[in-house]
Amino acid sequence: MAKKTLNIVESAYRAVIEEQDDTIMWLLAAMQGAGADHTVVLRGNAVNYAVTGQGVPGLQVGDWKQTQAPKMDRDVLDLIEKRKIPVYVVEEDLAERGIERSELVSGVTPVSRKALPGLFAKHAIVSHW
Amino acid sequence: MSKVTLTVLLMDAPYESENLTTAFRILDVAARRGYNLNVFAYEGAAGLAFARQAPHPNPVHGKNLAEENHPTTKDQVLALIAHTEKNGGKVDWVNCGMCVDERGVNEFAPGTRRGSPADFHASTEASDNVLVIPTK
Repeated sequence: MAKKTLNIVESAYRAVIEEQDDTIMWLLAAMQGAGADHTVVLRGNAVNYAVTGQGVPGLQVGDWKQTQAPKMDRDVLDLIEKRKIPVYVVEEDLAERGIERSELVSGVTPVSRKALPGLFAKHAIVSHW
Repeated sequence: MSKVTLTVLLMDAPYESENLTTAFRILDVAARRGYNLNVFAYEGAAGLAFARQAPHPNPVHGKNLAEENHPTTKDQVLALIAHTEKNGGKVDWVNCGMCVDERGVNEFAPGTRRGSPADFHASTEASDNVLVIPTK
């Protein structure tokens, strides 16, 4: 049985255009497929990944045009629905950024900072990305 | 009015930062205006024009090679050079020689060349403006 791993994702929108995804969420999805047991906490600027309806035009340089620009809300939903990875978002970080719960994709779970130690205690490994 | 010449220094490695996306958006606008562009690719950015970059399928996305259509910075460099020339400008894309040696990325996309800090100095002196986008 795989060790339960809690992944705190804080780095946000780093290289997502070039990679067409968030490299940490991609890694966790790939590992989950290989038998890992991951949970995700989005904190800091990364809470914005859970805001529904976001997107950006692909990069264009001259006649070269990106066709598969990333959609972070879609990737969060993919973790929850397809990979069965629980995704939490830190409530205080949402509030500081003026993000309402109604703006979030379905399936994410708000969690207060005070509750995080309890979440840590339920996991064998805690990784802070 | 004489043609505008800009010098841009890049430092970030490909696939690791949003800085390069911003840089390419700026360079694209300059190319559309037909400016002359001097780019000094320093440190990690020396890998931007590495000729052996290759797109890949993405099983996590459930997409094959064509569907994923993964971008490579080498293609972005080539597109920048072509578009600048099409609009009457020219690009002098210089890959820092010691940087490419350290990283083993010394096979360049055509139209780029090996150089040194002396090239950056010379292009700075000859430019209307200079933009440094450093790694932080």
